[in-house]
Amino acid sequence: MSGQEFWNFTVVGLVSGSIYAVIALGYTLVYGVLQLINFAHSEVFMLGSMGGLFMARALLPAGSPSVVQSVGIMVAGLVVGALSGGAAAFALERTAYRPLRRRGAPKLAYLISAIGASLFASNLAGKEFGRQDISLSPVFDYNHVVFTIFGAAVRALDLVIIGVGLLMLLFLDRLVAVTRLGQSIRAVAQDAETASLMGVNVERVIITTFVLGGLLAGAGGFLYAAKFSASYNMGFLPGITAFSAAVLGGIGNVRGAVLGGLLLGLVKSYSTKLIGAGYVDVVGFLALVLVLLIRPSGLLGERLGRAA
Amino acid sequence: MKQLLTTDVARRRLGACLFLGIVLALITGSTGTANHPFHAARESLIAVRVIWFLLIGVALWVVWTLGTGPGASSVTRARRAVTNAVQPITRSKARYGGYVVLLAIAIFVPRTLPASSSYLQQALFSGAAIYALLGLGLNVVVGYAGLLDLGFIAFYAIGAYVTAYLVYTGKELHSGHTPIPWHAPFHLNGFFVLPIAAAAAALAGVILGGPTLRLRGDYLAIVTLGFGEIVQLLAINANGVTNGSQGAFGVPPLRIHLAGIHYTWSLDPLPEYYLLLGIIVVVMIAFSRLERSRTGRAWAAIREDEIAAAASGVPTTRYKLLAFAIGASTSGFAGVIFATYQFFNPQSFSFQASILVLTIVIFGGMGSIFGVVVGATLLQLLTAYLQHANVVPAEDSPIFFGAIVMAMMVFRPQGLIPSRRRSREIRLAEEGVGGADALGAAEGVS
Repeated sequence: MSGQEFWNFTVVGLVSGSIYAVIALGYTLVYGVLQLINFAHSEVFMLGSMGGLFMARALLPAGSPSVVQSVGIMVAGLVVGALSGGAAAFALERTAYRPLRRRGAPKLAYLISAIGASLFASNLAGKEFGRQDISLSPVFDYNHVVFTIFGAAVRALDLVIIGVGLLMLLFLDRLVAVTRLGQSIRAVAQDAETASLMGVNVERVIITTFVLGGLLAGAGGFLYAAKFSASYNMGFLPGITAFSAAVLGGIGNVRGAVLGGLLLGLVKSYSTKLIGAGYVDVVGFLALVLVLLIRPSGLLGERLGRAA
Repeated sequence: MKQLLTTDVARRRLGACLFLGIVLALITGSTGTANHPFHAARESLIAVRVIWFLLIGVALWVVWTLGTGPGASSVTRARRAVTNAVQPITRSKARYGGYVVLLAIAIFVPRTLPASSSYLQQALFSGAAIYALLGLGLNVVVGYAGLLDLGFIAFYAIGAYVTAYLVYTGKELHSGHTPIPWHAPFHLNGFFVLPIAAAAAALAGVILGGPTLRLRGDYLAIVTLGFGEIVQLLAINANGVTNGSQGAFGVPPLRIHLAGIHYTWSLDPLPEYYLLLGIIVVVMIAFSRLERSRTGRAWAAIREDEIAAAASGVPTTRYKLLAFAIGASTSGFAGVIFATYQFFNPQSFSFQASILVLTIVIFGGMGSIFGVVVGATLLQLLTAYLQHANVVPAEDSPIFFGAIVMAMMVFRPQGLIPSRRRSREIRLAEEGVGGADALGAAEGVS
């Protein structure tokens, strides 16, 4: 790998890594609060990306959009994507998780129910929106090279993705660390029963956590679709990678999820070159297994309460 | 009765039922495209047909509300659950009569199917029977050990590729042809491949489960999911070994040359079906013995209270690993039979297939051997029929499988034909006594 190639793959890795990080936050938040792998989170990502994409496509003018229009379309796509993701996460919590929680079902039941929800949602989306790849025609000159590092081009869209991703991560980190809501999320993560005795509305914290994760995943989904494309089964691979990222950083740990996402993005990007494109996803899974073997509690340790 | 229908609970249920009706209208409605994203939904919902679906919702609500009544208080329910828990689970002799009748149906009904329904015979073999065997294997993992395996089909793939690698290709095939590019220096009869493939799959299961199970049961789900993907990716990409996405061609059928008996299972689905039926019956007997053996009791102990089991000297990790290996080897076993049916390609080893096996186990009843077999038959024959009759497009069936899995977990987690021990556990766990899985002591919201 030559120097320029290395930097090229670094840029690509950071771009996809920030999307993984944004999705990983959803896994980590829900795991922190419920000790549960939310298998259907990948479908929340997919539905958010569809929502944002359809909004952006509807706003697209006939000719090539002006700068102001482009910014407007991107913002609208992000907002609608986030809202669709949030709505999907809300619906998911209400239909697949809450009935089980009211009954106090065993943990296995949640996992299975989420798998069912995931299968249902992705194939229903395939039925409603067709089973082809859906892409966004360029809203602005997104391949415009803004600057180069050691010869590797950094394009406008890459900057938008990394920038928006970082902004959301920062927002969430502060939200969990300083606000009253964040305090109650951490309290439930530490000990739900005690938290409820202290006057925390546990049910509301749970649904808020789901919706927060959904908002982030939806916005991330729109960015992903703008960079690559969207389809009904797009959630699966980024979803697993993001889960691996959450485990790598220490599940339940907000900053860990970000670190894990960026690291996995880089590793996968380099392995495209070093091992071959067909095996990139193998690398992701191997990374997960290796993390579990060597440091199961993740790089930054597990607890949501302690980390934030 | 009027009071019953106007309570708070009833109103919430009405909302849920109407929602269910709308969802039903959507998933049976028309198919859309990306250029008109809401066209399909509009056509399905803003039409006269939606009234029928809403009526179905209302009917469901009436049955549900009148059927369950006001419900016992939580104290009574808890007391009843605990009283039930100390009752011994007895097996009545009458059950055996039922088994004999069902076996007779399984033997004789396929022969009487009219020739026009050859798709049903095909579905019996490649759908119902193979998936019943797979379901029996997954049932050991999900039902007995209380773990979740989402890459179960990977072991099936291992079985199939081991077969293609080892099996006797014979003289009738043009020289030099092997099912996949790699072939062992020797050739084996398909029946000798069976134990080898089962052992290979079990070994893969131990290698995969070993590091994961030591940690946390719920991580096993995602690791197995990843493993399933890796196996399929390898099968697709390793052209020089597996023949890539083309798959294996010309895998010879199973044959017997023993003590003057010569028989070859050709492409006819019925003989294959009977072979599988025999294997399934043996596996059913073996697994029901296993369930009531020391091993089965250890699994039950781990499910119901892992910490107590460990404290009583049950090596929990080893027993979980054993369940995982037994499940995997059953899957590998099924893979051999699948492979000897002429050809296969990596498409058969998708994540969807793993989820289909899980759907079968959940639908039939976790831990219920009988339920799994009935579940496989019902689901697969129904799918085959609906697709043949063009009621449901083939690509839409995952929607229904997903809905079934979710609905079962919400409304009837013990399954269609529940295992009595398993459903008692689920009931008890819901009342806060003990557990019903082996995913590690969760300290979640109770």
